[in-house]
Amino acid sequence: MEFPTFSSPHLPATRSVSRVMREVLLALVPGMLCAWWFFGWGIVVNLVLATLACVLAEAGMLAARGRPVAATLADTSAVLTGVLLALALPPLAPAWLPVVGAVFAIVVAKQLYGGLGYNPFNPAMIGYVVLLISFPREMTQWSAPAGLGNTQLGLLDSVAWSLYGVLPAGTALDALTLATPLDSVKTALGIGEMLSEITRAPKFGQYGGLGWEWVNFGYLLGGLYLIYRRLIDWRIPVGLLGALFTIALVFHGSDTDAYPAPLFHLFSGAAMLGAFFIATDPVTASTTPRGRLLFGAGIGLIVYVIRTWGGYPDGIAFAVLLMNMAAPTIDYYTKPRVFGQDGKRGGGR
Amino acid sequence: MNGKQRHLHRFHGGLHLPANKAQSNGGAVRALPLPKRLILPLSQHIGEPAEVLVKPGERVLKGQMIARARGYVSVPIHASSSGTVIEIADHAVPHPSGLRAPCVIIETDGKDEAAPDTLSGDPVQLDPNELRNRVRNAGIVGLGGAGFPSFIKLNPGANRPIHTLLINGAECEPYITCDDLLMREHAHEVVGGARIVMHALHAAACIIAIEDNKPEAAAAMRAALAEIGAANMDVVVIPTIYPTGGEKQLIKVITGREVPSQGLPADVGIVCHNPGTAAAVYRALMHGEPLISRIVTVTGAGVAQPGNFEVRIGTPMADVIAAAGGYTASAQRLLMGGPMMGFAMGSDTVPIVKTSNCLLVAAHDELPLPQTPSPCIRCGACVDACPADLLPQQLYWYAHVRDFDKIQDYSLFDCIECGCCAHVCPSHLPLVHYYRFAKTEIWAQEREREKADIARQRHEFRLLRIEREKDERAERLKQKQKALQTPAEAGADPKKAAIQAALERAKAKKASADVAPKNTDNLSAEQQQAIAAIDARRATASTTPAAGDDA
Repeated sequence: MEFPTFSSPHLPATRSVSRVMREVLLALVPGMLCAWWFFGWGIVVNLVLATLACVLAEAGMLAARGRPVAATLADTSAVLTGVLLALALPPLAPAWLPVVGAVFAIVVAKQLYGGLGYNPFNPAMIGYVVLLISFPREMTQWSAPAGLGNTQLGLLDSVAWSLYGVLPAGTALDALTLATPLDSVKTALGIGEMLSEITRAPKFGQYGGLGWEWVNFGYLLGGLYLIYRRLIDWRIPVGLLGALFTIALVFHGSDTDAYPAPLFHLFSGAAMLGAFFIATDPVTASTTPRGRLLFGAGIGLIVYVIRTWGGYPDGIAFAVLLMNMAAPTIDYYTKPRVFGQDGKRGGGR
Repeated sequence: MNGKQRHLHRFHGGLHLPANKAQSNGGAVRALPLPKRLILPLSQHIGEPAEVLVKPGERVLKGQMIARARGYVSVPIHASSSGTVIEIADHAVPHPSGLRAPCVIIETDGKDEAAPDTLSGDPVQLDPNELRNRVRNAGIVGLGGAGFPSFIKLNPGANRPIHTLLINGAECEPYITCDDLLMREHAHEVVGGARIVMHALHAAACIIAIEDNKPEAAAAMRAALAEIGAANMDVVVIPTIYPTGGEKQLIKVITGREVPSQGLPADVGIVCHNPGTAAAVYRALMHGEPLISRIVTVTGAGVAQPGNFEVRIGTPMADVIAAAGGYTASAQRLLMGGPMMGFAMGSDTVPIVKTSNCLLVAAHDELPLPQTPSPCIRCGACVDACPADLLPQQLYWYAHVRDFDKIQDYSLFDCIECGCCAHVCPSHLPLVHYYRFAKTEIWAQEREREKADIARQRHEFRLLRIEREKDERAERLKQKQKALQTPAEAGADPKKAAIQAALERAKAKKASADVAPKNTDNLSAEQQQAIAAIDARRATASTTPAAGDDA
């Protein structure tokens, strides 16, 4: 009897890229729900637009590059890029904003580098940064979180605003938007106010701002699920959040009125989304065990520096991209000690 | 056996795989009808193939040496039953590439008549050297799968004393149960063999390591130890993690020490042997039986009655599968060895060899065909699984782009090809295949480099020789010119000097005539004439200026 021959191992793999991507998407659900609850339908509109744009851009590029379109789209990595980008965008953004970001992310940051696995930078964050630098005004249109007694747009109104820039009669854009807690803190500290006064405003909630702390908590929950399922390594989030917490604690300890508390940093802005879902993008992150800790810690430090002394209220995107650049070098110097080799670690030889 | 609990260690990575051992470890080891034909490859071990001692048509007896060891790393091959050598020719052998290799093919006569015993003896009385010789003459190789000649591992060497013999009964690969059954049914042979090996190695202690999914084997081994009251031998039950049965991983688990990279267990004072090897040593020394059969697990959903069989070396795999009830309708693939490190066989006409521990006939749902690979997303699942602490994704990357220098910086040659990385890879990359490819390429490059080095040395030597000859000629010319000039300068007595020079020339001519070719004797008249004519031409030529001599 004749049989086909293949190289060992013969036991089939237990995981697939598309399953990993789908589970990551699933883990985003709690955070997404919180974001929708507090910031309204704009989030959903952004999600739909960015995801569609990502998938279409990916399909177009794959076709142009002569790659199998359907089989590659099935890995759902483009969907994940779209979702991550959308979750980072302000809910009251015009429709073209997520579309431009998504197309840039997929076409330039991903496919021009060779597609999944070959991009040195996190595509969603490239898309985000391009938008942040090019369209700063649109990128600050965050809706006020629910629970402050303000009006919020319904689904249809959100679509109308997103696509045509039309608001319901009697509603002004200013009445819908509200500076994010990170932004407010930065501005107020900049004009010499004290933290204890600033954070007395109701929008600051318990730790990281009303709504924001819940959204971050949702991502934290999803992230813990990913670690439990071993879909991400604990080291990057622990390194990131640990470094952010530690440096915030040091400065907060030195002057509680000038530097926000560590928990404020962990539960505001994109801290949790960044720590569990963005910095952990395997393609662009460090891959060695010690390298991952360093990679995460580097992001945490840069985020703090940007938030505290930089020109932007939040810094996850810039920090992730900067550390993406450093990842190959980190990997090179943090090679694990090979079984049976002497104790010298890292380095070339 | 002692009561104290041994502190065990663990190695990085590894996998918990579905054991799939229950299919085959239920019953006793079964016998096989004598096969009509035995196909005995000359190379069933690592090292030089054995050298044939028999001719087609010759009658051979069971246990008769039919091929002898050639070189140091080599062992002989024995006839597994009596019969007639019908052919010595290339035949398909168990090799992943479907390779054909020289085999002795014997038609059995059914008498199973044994050759005289030349192996047995009292192992304690025997000199360790003689002991090794007999183990070698019994054709014993590592039966765990690698097939390294065992006698070499009975030689402790002068500068590396061996304190512990480790009997590797981990059998960590799924499906395989031949060591399990051997230890259950022939525990005293394993223990007896281990004692002989300890004697040869001057080892003070012996540890028999068994994974915790084989409690019956551990109990049988403990009972055998208790029976002989060996205080310096111990059964240690270890956790079931693939690949604990890797020699270096097992030593780490038992001792916490790491065998140096590119080193041997002897570097940490340990020698590892498979239980099957120990039993083979016992049978050779106590019963005078060379290695002519072994226990083979036949399992998988593709065979009707899975189990373990005592199989003569050289039996075609088809005969073994027939004994296990034949193929089921779902038989899709045939592997020799386990699903992680085994070789896929293209055909069942190949024979069982000394290293065939398992025949796995798998159904499609057990071992599906490989899935289409997608790009590496650098998720690092392979890093977490690697028991050698390598960075498989980097190795893959450099193998992929054929950067064979860089891949060695990432310690390619510390890879044990266990397959953990490929098993966890979400991109379904055939990682081990890439590493094998890179290793083969590097070996080929090294051979090329060696050849090129020799060629370069030759070339450089030739240039050197040409240069030297040129210098020598120039030197001679200078001497000549000097010799011609000296008399003129001397001036005092030009006549005398001229005579002197003439004398010298004559002397030189005579000397050169002495070294004339010696093949000019016994020649015919015409040849003599021709030579004379040539000499005459030469003489006239030498009187003309020596132009062209150095051109």
